[in-house]
Amino acid sequence: MGGLQKKKYESGSATNYVSRNKARKKLSLSLADFRRLCILKGIYPHEPKHKKKVNKGSTAPRTFYLLKDIRFLLHEPVVGKFREYKIFVRKLRKAYGKAEWSGVERMKENKPVYKLDHIIKERYPTFIDALRDVDDALSMCFLFSTFARTGKCHVQTIQLCRRLGVEWMNYIIDLRSLRKVFLSIKGIYYQAEVLGQTITWIVPYQFAHDHPTDVDYRVMATFTELYTTLLGFVNFRLYQTLNLVYPPKLDGQGEFNLKSECEEDYALESESYSEKLSALSASLARTVPLVEDEEAEPDHFPAEGEDLETMEAREKIELEQNKQKKLFEGLKFFLNREVPRESLAFLIRCFGGQVSWDKSLCIGSTYDETDEMITHHIVDRPTIDKQYINRYYIQPQWVYDCVNAKILLPVEEYFLGVTLPPHLSPFVEESEGDYVPPEKLKLLALQRGEKPREETEEEEEGDEEEEDEDDEEEDDQSEEEDEAEDEANLAEMEEKRAQGKRLSVKVTPGKVKQENRMRTEQEEKAEEKRLAIMMMKKKEKYLYDKIMFGKKRNVREANKLAAKRKAHDDANKADKKQNKKKKC
Amino acid sequence: MEYAVLDKLSNYTISSILSALYVLKKKFHIGGIFADTDILGSYWPIISAKRYIGRALLASTLSSDLAICKSLLIFITFSVRSQDIRNTVGNIPMEWYKDYPHIGYDLEGKKIFKPIRNKDELDEFLDKMENPDYWRTVQDKMTGADIRLSDEQVDLVHRLQQGKFGDVNFNEYEPAIDFFSNEVMIHPVTNRPQDKRSFIPSLIEKEKVGKLVHAIKMGWIKPHRPKETTPQYYDLWAKEDPNSILGRHKMHIPAPKMKLPGHEESYNPPPEYLMSEEERLAWEQQDPEYRKLSFLPQKLACLRAVPAYSRFIHERFERCLDLYLCPRQRKMRVNVNPEDLIPKLPKPKDLQPFPTTQSLVYRGHSSLVRSISISPSGQWLVSGSDDCTVRFWEVSTARCLKTVEVGGAVKGVAWNPNLSICLVAVSYDDTVVLLNPGLGDRLVCTATDQLISSYEEPEEVKDQPVQWAVAEGEGHEQGHRLILKHPKAVRQVTWHGKGDYLACVIPDNGSSLQVVIHQVSKRRTQNPFRKNKGLVQCVSFHPIRPYFFVATQRYVRVYNLIKQELTKKLMANCKWISSMAIHPGGDNVICGSYDCRLAWFDLDLSTKPYKVLRQHKKALRSVAYHRHYPLFVSGSDDGNVIVCHGMVYNDLLQNPLIVPVKVLKGHTITHDLGVLDVTFHPTQPWVFSSGADGTVRLFT
Repeated sequence: MGGLQKKKYESGSATNYVSRNKARKKLSLSLADFRRLCILKGIYPHEPKHKKKVNKGSTAPRTFYLLKDIRFLLHEPVVGKFREYKIFVRKLRKAYGKAEWSGVERMKENKPVYKLDHIIKERYPTFIDALRDVDDALSMCFLFSTFARTGKCHVQTIQLCRRLGVEWMNYIIDLRSLRKVFLSIKGIYYQAEVLGQTITWIVPYQFAHDHPTDVDYRVMATFTELYTTLLGFVNFRLYQTLNLVYPPKLDGQGEFNLKSECEEDYALESESYSEKLSALSASLARTVPLVEDEEAEPDHFPAEGEDLETMEAREKIELEQNKQKKLFEGLKFFLNREVPRESLAFLIRCFGGQVSWDKSLCIGSTYDETDEMITHHIVDRPTIDKQYINRYYIQPQWVYDCVNAKILLPVEEYFLGVTLPPHLSPFVEESEGDYVPPEKLKLLALQRGEKPREETEEEEEGDEEEEDEDDEEEDDQSEEEDEAEDEANLAEMEEKRAQGKRLSVKVTPGKVKQENRMRTEQEEKAEEKRLAIMMMKKKEKYLYDKIMFGKKRNVREANKLAAKRKAHDDANKADKKQNKKKKC
Repeated sequence: MEYAVLDKLSNYTISSILSALYVLKKKFHIGGIFADTDILGSYWPIISAKRYIGRALLASTLSSDLAICKSLLIFITFSVRSQDIRNTVGNIPMEWYKDYPHIGYDLEGKKIFKPIRNKDELDEFLDKMENPDYWRTVQDKMTGADIRLSDEQVDLVHRLQQGKFGDVNFNEYEPAIDFFSNEVMIHPVTNRPQDKRSFIPSLIEKEKVGKLVHAIKMGWIKPHRPKETTPQYYDLWAKEDPNSILGRHKMHIPAPKMKLPGHEESYNPPPEYLMSEEERLAWEQQDPEYRKLSFLPQKLACLRAVPAYSRFIHERFERCLDLYLCPRQRKMRVNVNPEDLIPKLPKPKDLQPFPTTQSLVYRGHSSLVRSISISPSGQWLVSGSDDCTVRFWEVSTARCLKTVEVGGAVKGVAWNPNLSICLVAVSYDDTVVLLNPGLGDRLVCTATDQLISSYEEPEEVKDQPVQWAVAEGEGHEQGHRLILKHPKAVRQVTWHGKGDYLACVIPDNGSSLQVVIHQVSKRRTQNPFRKNKGLVQCVSFHPIRPYFFVATQRYVRVYNLIKQELTKKLMANCKWISSMAIHPGGDNVICGSYDCRLAWFDLDLSTKPYKVLRQHKKALRSVAYHRHYPLFVSGSDDGNVIVCHGMVYNDLLQNPLIVPVKVLKGHTITHDLGVLDVTFHPTQPWVFSSGADGTVRLFT
């Protein structure tokens, strides 16, 4: 046989991948530095298709990087800086050991620093790319800004994170682009739409952190390093697009309003300005004064490949959004001291409301509690002693629910001491066949402008009045009727859901002949389908079974939730009944 | 050491002492004075004292002042005595003398003996108890004698233990005399002239500084790092360069965004999203990795009551880990409508006729009905059961016309396909009986009887594996005509299309006699195979051509009977074939198997199945083709009979069309057995099936 014998693992996938250790050796970096570099440059491992081939016949678990990626890292200037820094640390340690304090001073002055600008530019060649990735950056910055200023990370980092977070919030307020907000047990989720990108971030509740021991803060710090750089540039660009001054400055009026207060009470001279900014109560200064021309509406042209209907739908959505932006316009809020001030101030300002708080609570309050014009007073305690007549005293959930519902909800359910209605996640979009909690249905009805529930409630009230006059028997009857109604409703709901689900659902036997024909037809169809399924290929059958299994599971879960709800409602009703009897 | 010290004494001191001692010795005869300088020089203070003593002595001797001399001598004696050095071995480890009775040598060179008896523990103890001075008694290693320390010595020991000076009178805090004070003396401490280098600038330093200056001038080093002039943040994307979008960016897989929270994560979720007690327990017992929710849903009365989420940092950290440690892969999500996966088949309605409903049930057997067969006219049905009977039914009325008892459980029945012969082959145990049921046309029946009786013995009788016998007596009255005794149990009987040949299967893995072909007219039996090629399951004649199909466990072999050779071997791709049927056209074969499959072979196409159907849930027992209609049927242990439309086109390019058209149910499952045999009506699209429940059913 002629020709050289081909050796194994010298071409193909075995040469396209390198293990982590080899990559590290190639870059001659320590593991920590390699990790840092990967984080900064956004290099992630790859899973080869044939692991054994890549692993040169071994089946040991290993992480693999693309060789191209590692080659790409070779030319990174930051790598040189890492090495410089290593040398710097060594020298510094030596100087400390020799107690050469002047040398230490000098070295500290010349500490090698590196910038990540080029990496940001390289990773995100366009601004939209950067904006798309800003979710995690925001969540991380908001987390770091809540850290105590001791241990775990540098104070400068925390301050920078706080600054960037405040800048971002101010921008969102100015753009009025917040869309959704959700109070979860983990923290507060916000969702904004910036330049067509949906950005979601989570802010933890204001508590001191119980720092876990099994978390590598170095990794987190490296990420934060990257994220602060990214967020800074993004903020700058965003401020520029709105003609706002960067770094942000309060506009003349706002500054005037705040000047009058005695600033020393709240913060140091050096920090008072940033504190005022973070109060979120005043608008920002612009490079070009804002000209208010709201009449000038842009003409709409259907984009290419878009028909008239979709354009109309788009217009409708835009109109809705504009409406949402002015949700709280004309309302004046006052925050009691126990409510989360920053979140609420951010929210209210995002939708055009005015907000203030007690002077002693935080810097930046614009009016007092005694202001006659206040329409809503947000309180999170069962009762309040001194109440003004011309304002609503409501619980904070109202604000959040209003934002998600895009309308001003009736305040009755949110008064002090009232059991709150459930707070629903605005991120859930129910598709057909999913379980929809009744509160959501109610909300949808409200959004459509219907008010079906209130009427029934009134009727019930009327009934109750009558019942007071009449005997107890009637009481029971009406209750039964109510129950029957409810059951009918439930049955309707279930039917609706069932229709959307599957074709193979068995239809309950009917009595009319016409239905019978329908039924036979359906049965025939079902039989046909069953027979056709028999003829499926093995592969397709497997896939089909899998899909159907998933569908069935979803249905099962939805049914379970519905059943749970029903049980809960029944229990509630029974309780009510008992209470009523006791009263009687 | 001692001698070196002595050297330091001036000679005259020693000689003066010696001379003084000599004088003293002469004058006063003082004994016990050892005139050895060695004794004197044991340590410095004494030596120095001795120096003075020596001088004093000399002076006193010279002046003959005896009083002073005497007192001095007493002092010397005391000092020498207090030394008490008699052992002359020097400073050596005393254990060298361990094994000797003596411990050294005195000044005269005599042995110093050890104390006679060493104290034992008891003595030691008694001594400790009784002797008040025990605590200040030490043993002299040099002599082995006990020495009681004096008060001064004890005091000295105490002082040394406390880290004080041994001398009581020594003052450690004497005022220090500052030699090099700020007071300028008239005279210098040293009178050395200053070095030149102390007032000339250093050349090396100059060189170093020069180098630095040069480096700074050349710009090699900078004394101070230049302050950053660019702002921290600026418009990074001021000019977006389309060239900066590299191939990397196209290959880059952006990290998926975090999952958005659902209703259950709310601080005040709807009540149905809260976990019940059992669910909560199950959640707690689950491994955190496999939990569907990473947290417990909670309902809190108001926003004020919401606690800090303890795993917040954890979750962010995990997200970080996911971002830089997780391999990313584009996963093709199968976004397919399940309805599209179902193959589009012609509607069964358009493929009629086929049996749809159960119309008649033939009851009468008391045990499972293994086999059924229909007369070629389609008027009669024969069924053989495990209750050792063969029953003849009228198809249209389900009436049992005749019951014939045989000597064992009937394994197979087969009606002769020839219209002019009325014969039924029945197999039980090792016997095959040819019955004339006497049904239908009388002429045919009598003609058949005549045919059998007109047999003439050939001249030369061959040795046959099967014994042929003519039934007589009671058997004959019941209809038995011929009885064939086989060496082993017969499982299946099947007729050739012409009705003269009869094939029997005698499943036996050990012998080559598994299939026999009988010729009824000549009462002859052949064993077509010389070799055993596996356990034979069933056999069948080709409906038109002289082919013979033999199904073993996994293969179907097709033999040419004329050429007497193997023409084809069909691979069934299943574990165990149970039954086989041949299309009346002769080019297609179906095989049912015990592993729930039905394989359709197209003999022109390949030796592998053209199609494998997995319709039944349990093992297939029987399959059959219709003689005229494009139908085939399969019966299975799950009690179902599935009728399929199997259209075979004359056009060789077109593959057969197979569509299942009906699932017929009716048989009840008894002893895990459902349908045991199926067969079609010869002219109508009707199916007969026999089951383990002892019934035969007709579907029309």
